[in-house]
Amino acid sequence: MFQKLSTTNRFLVFLVGTMLILLYFLPLWSIHLVAPQYPEGLGMYIWMSKITGHSAHDLQNINLLNHYVGMDKIIESSIPELRFMPYIAGFMIFGAMFTLFYDRLLMVYLGILNFFLVGAAGLWDFWRWEYNYGHHLNPDAPISIPGMTYQPPLIGCKQLLNITSCSWPHWGGAFLFLSVLLLGYVVWSERRKNRG
Amino acid sequence: MKSASKSYILFSLLLLSSLFALSCGKSRQGGDVLAGDAAQRVYVAPGQKDEFYWFMSGGFSGHVAVYGIPSGRLFKQIPVFSVYPENGYGFDEETKNMLMTTHGFIPWDDAHHPEISLTKGVQDGRWLFINGNNTPRIARLDLKTFDTAEILEIPNSGGNHASPFLTENTEYLMAATRFAVPVPQQAIPVESAADGKFKGTITMVKVDPQTGRMGIDLQVLVPGFDYDIAHCGKGPSHDWCFFTTYNTEQAYKMLEIEASKNDKDYILAFNWALAQHCLSQGKAKDFSGTYYDNFHPENKPAVSEKRSGVKLMNPADCPGVMYFLPTPKSPHGADVDPTGEYIVGGGKLATVIPVHSFSKFQKAIQDKSNILKEVGGIPVLKYESTLGGEVQKPCLGPLHTEFDGKGNAYTSCFVSSEIVKWKIGSWEILDRVPAYYSIGHLSIAGGDSAQPSAKYMIALNKITKDRYLPVGPEVPQSAQLYDISGSKMKMLSDFPTVGEPHYAQGVPAALLADKAQKIYELDKNDHPFATKTEEEAKVVRDGKVVHVYMTAIRSHFKPDVVELKVGDTAFFHVTSLEQDYDIDHGFAIEGMTVPNALLMPGETKTVRFDATTEGVYPFYCTDFCSALHQEMQQYVRVTK
Repeated sequence: MFQKLSTTNRFLVFLVGTMLILLYFLPLWSIHLVAPQYPEGLGMYIWMSKITGHSAHDLQNINLLNHYVGMDKIIESSIPELRFMPYIAGFMIFGAMFTLFYDRLLMVYLGILNFFLVGAAGLWDFWRWEYNYGHHLNPDAPISIPGMTYQPPLIGCKQLLNITSCSWPHWGGAFLFLSVLLLGYVVWSERRKNRG
Repeated sequence: MKSASKSYILFSLLLLSSLFALSCGKSRQGGDVLAGDAAQRVYVAPGQKDEFYWFMSGGFSGHVAVYGIPSGRLFKQIPVFSVYPENGYGFDEETKNMLMTTHGFIPWDDAHHPEISLTKGVQDGRWLFINGNNTPRIARLDLKTFDTAEILEIPNSGGNHASPFLTENTEYLMAATRFAVPVPQQAIPVESAADGKFKGTITMVKVDPQTGRMGIDLQVLVPGFDYDIAHCGKGPSHDWCFFTTYNTEQAYKMLEIEASKNDKDYILAFNWALAQHCLSQGKAKDFSGTYYDNFHPENKPAVSEKRSGVKLMNPADCPGVMYFLPTPKSPHGADVDPTGEYIVGGGKLATVIPVHSFSKFQKAIQDKSNILKEVGGIPVLKYESTLGGEVQKPCLGPLHTEFDGKGNAYTSCFVSSEIVKWKIGSWEILDRVPAYYSIGHLSIAGGDSAQPSAKYMIALNKITKDRYLPVGPEVPQSAQLYDISGSKMKMLSDFPTVGEPHYAQGVPAALLADKAQKIYELDKNDHPFATKTEEEAKVVRDGKVVHVYMTAIRSHFKPDVVELKVGDTAFFHVTSLEQDYDIDHGFAIEGMTVPNALLMPGETKTVRFDATTEGVYPFYCTDFCSALHQEMQQYVRVTK
C-alpha cells in the first residue's frame, strides 16, 4: 500500500496527469445526428466547460429541430456542471503531479477511486440531462406523439423519429478511459513486483 | 465565268437544302446517338454532381442561366438586367436600384455575352461579367453568391454588343457600340449617318482586382460602324483587343441589303495598353456623358450613383493605338486562339474563315506600304499583310470559333446549321457535325481562354422547331451537347434552354463548387434595417411611414400582429434568423403590389406595403421552410 512506485510507473502516472491537461482542449463526448434532410449530419461536442456544434451553426440548428417536439434549448448557461468540471479535472491533475513527489501505490488507488467516482457521477449526470431533455417536453409543442420520448443514447446509436442519433466518447473521453487503464496497469505491475 | 455560275448554283442548292432541312419534319436525325455510350456519358446518377457549371446568357430574358454539364440540368436563373418576381429582384428595396439608368428604372435588357474573370488568361472563377445590349450596361456577378453585384451603364454608346470582353488579367472590360449614334447625343437627321456623322465608342472599363468594382477609364471615338463581337489577346497579344465590325457601309436603313455590300469589313485591332499610356500622357479630353453605377453590397441595399463626364480620345491623337484589318464579310466572331497568335474572324457572309496572324500583323504595321488608307484616323492594312490563313469552303455562315487547346478550332455555321472542326496552321477541315437548328454561338469550357477544358462542346441554337414536345408558338431554344475528347465530334444529348442563350461560359465544377456560399452569416449582417433577435422585432412609426423590423424563423414571424393606419407606407424589413443551408423563408402580404421577398438564411430584405383600405390582411411564408410552414401565417390590420 505504501510501497514506492517504480520509475516507469511514476512516469505513467505523470503521463496520466498530462493527458488530463488535454481535457481542457478536447471535447469529451460527441453526439451526431443524421436525418434524411441532413445527410451530412449535424452534431455537438460536449467539453468540460462548454458545448459547441460540429460546425458553426449546428447547435442553433439542433435547437431549432428540437423545438418541434418541445425539447428545451441546449444552452451552456443552463448547465452548471460546465462551470465546475474544470476544477475537478484540476484536482485530479494535482493528484497525479503530487504522486511524483509522494510516489506511493496508495496515491494510485486514490486516483482510481477518484476516476470511478467522477466517472460514475459524470455519466449519471449526463444521462440525467439527456433524460430531462428527452422527457420534459413542452406540452404546446407542434409535434406531440403519445408515448414518444427523445432521450439520446448515453453511448451508441438510437433512432428518434427521422433522426439517427449517435453518442460516443470523443478524444477527451478516450483519454479519460485510457487514464483509468494506465492506472490499472500501474496497480497490476506494482502488485506483480510484490509477489515476485 | 462558268465556274462562278456553277458555284453560285451550288451555293443556292446548299441554301435550299438547309432551308428544306428546317422545314422538313423528317429531319430528325441524330436518332442513332444513343448507339454507343452517349447515354452513359450524360447520365449523372442521383446524388452525383455534374463536371461543369455552364453559364448561359438569357438573351431577351435579361438573366443568366446556370446549367450542369453533361446532364444539361438547369440549376438557377440569375436575374441581372431584368426583374424577377421569383425572388423579388428589381422589386424589393434592396435590389430595385440595380436597374437604375439615365433613362430611369428599366426592368429589362438583352443580355448576350457572359465572360468569367481571367488571371493570366485562365478562368479564375471570381466574377462573371455580362453585357446588356439595349440600354448599354455591363453587369458583374459574384460567383460565391451567384448574384448580381454591380451594374455599370455605358454612356456615349448605342447597343452594347461587343461587350464585355476581358483582357488577359481582367485589367479591363471592353464595351463597343453596336448601333452607331451621334456622340454626343443630338437630334441630327438619321440620314446623316451615311455621311459618317454617327459614331461608335470603345469603352475601357477598369476592374478593381480586389473588389471587382468597375469604373470607366477611357472612351475611344471610332467610326460609326457596327462593332459586333470582340476578344482580347493573350500571351504575345496581351496588349491588344480585336473587334469585328459590320455595316462599314454605315447604312441607317435596310441594313440587310445596304450593310452587305462591302466585300470586306474590318476587324479593329486596339492596343489598349497604348491607349492607357496615351491617357496618362493627357491625350484624352474631358467629354460629356452621364451614367449610373449600381452596386449591391452583400446583404445590404444597393446603392445607385449617378456619374457624369468621361475621358474621350480620338485614335489619331494616339498613333498606333488602332488598326483596321480587312476581314470578309460582315464578320461576327473575333476569336483569339489559346496561344494568342491567331485571330479568327467569323465572316458570316464569307465563303472562307479568315484567320489573322498576330505576328504578321505586328510585322505589317512596321511597313507603311501595307497601309491602304485611313478611316477615321485609323490606318487600314492590306488583307494579305495580316492574314495567317483561310479555311476554305468551311460551311455556310461561319459565326463563332472556340478552341480546344490541342491545335484545333471549332466554328459554328448558322446557315448550314453545323459545326466544323479544323486545324490551326494547316487550315484543313477535320470533321463536321450537324446542329439543330441554325446554331449561333458554340461553347467549350475555357474555349476562349488560354487554357480550355475541352471535353464537351455545346451548340446554342437559334431555331428549335420539332426538337421537343410542342408547347405552342413560343418554344424554348435548343442546345446540343457534343463530346470533343476524341478526334471526331460526337453528339451526346439535346436539351432546351431558357431565354435565348447567345454566348456561354463553361467552368470546371471544382473552380466554383467549394466556395459557393451557403448562408449569410447573421453576425456579419450589416443591413441598416436588420433585426438579429426576436426581442428586437418592432414597429417604428415616422409620420405616415412605418418601418416594421421583422424576423422570420421556423415557423413564425415577429412581431405577431402589425397594426397600420390607412394612408401609411409600410416597409417590412424582414430578416431570416436561420443559419441552416437551404432553409429559406418568403414573405408576402395580401394586396402587396410587389412580389414576395425571398429570404436566404441570415438575409434581410425589404418590401413596401401601402395601406390603402381598412381591413385585416394575412401575410405568410411563401417558401416551404419546415413541417410547420403552412402555419407560418399572421395578420396586418389596417384601421382608419
